[in-house]
Amino acid sequence: MTWIMEILILTILLICALAAIHVKDLLSSAILLGAYSFLMCILWAEMGAVDVAFTEAAVGAGISTAFFIGAIYQTTRRTKD
Amino acid sequence: MIRLYDDLIIQTVCRIMIPLIQLFAFYVIAHGHYSPGGGFQGGCILGASFILMVIAYDINWMKRRFSEKKNILLIALGVLIYALVGVLCILLGAEYLNYGILHKIIPTDSVKVRALGTLIIEIGVGITVMAVMVSIFLNLTTLGKHEKGEV
Amino acid sequence: MIVILTGAVLIYSTLDMPDWGDPNSPASLHVSPRYIEKTIEETATPNAVTSVLADYRGYDTLGETTVIFTAAVVCILLLRRFEDDKTL
Repeated sequence: MTWIMEILILTILLICALAAIHVKDLLSSAILLGAYSFLMCILWAEMGAVDVAFTEAAVGAGISTAFFIGAIYQTTRRTKD
Repeated sequence: MIRLYDDLIIQTVCRIMIPLIQLFAFYVIAHGHYSPGGGFQGGCILGASFILMVIAYDINWMKRRFSEKKNILLIALGVLIYALVGVLCILLGAEYLNYGILHKIIPTDSVKVRALGTLIIEIGVGITVMAVMVSIFLNLTTLGKHEKGEV
Repeated sequence: MIVILTGAVLIYSTLDMPDWGDPNSPASLHVSPRYIEKTIEETATPNAVTSVLADYRGYDTLGETTVIFTAAVVCILLLRRFEDDKTL
């Protein structure tokens, strides 16, 4: 039954990644990247690499989202393209 | 960041949560031998607690507790701890970063002392990562002008 | 078109890779069993990931720490503006 959950997580992960590229609002893009990192963390923990999952949760979802929001705060929130 | 208003709920919750986050970070660093974790993850969580202080209060509130001079010193101190352990191993007569030789100065056997050497360098990595995260966040959000505490 | 073609080539090349968790794959035959078997009696660390990262492969972690240190130094040098500095 694990493969159903894997397919589900991979589908949501693909949707999050595509949405983070295509969305106009950069703040939404940063939050979507955080969601992508959490789903990747779940996927890694499910595959047995708990250390990598921990690193992804601490760095990818926590710190880098804070850095992205700090950078957006100093620049503009809307993309040009 | 510019402090727009004081939110009582956020400040109270952060005042309770920040010691717990820091305690969990020290647990992750020190317990990395037996469970997932280590210097990098623990340092990131420890840096995140200081970033939470900046977000919930303001920069001056955080810099009164953890000044910028200490921050820059800690960035170098972590790498220095790591490299000095390696040099100490050379001085005691083994290869660089071979912690087994440290049993000449630490009174345990040569197997347990390798776990101890691992713990020492994890602490070094944790110190560096914590100070680096705080430094990058402060310089990024204020464009490097954080003497007055706001943009 | 180029992106789709490159993706197709990459997916085709992953078909030849060993299965996930295959005990006979080359990655789990050469040096991993030695680390897994000897990590408690050599380093007294039950978590093999920590012992490999910090003990057997200490140079890698030293390099990683140096990279982070360099990132912070460059960030301070490029972004930091002191108020009494008139040259900037």
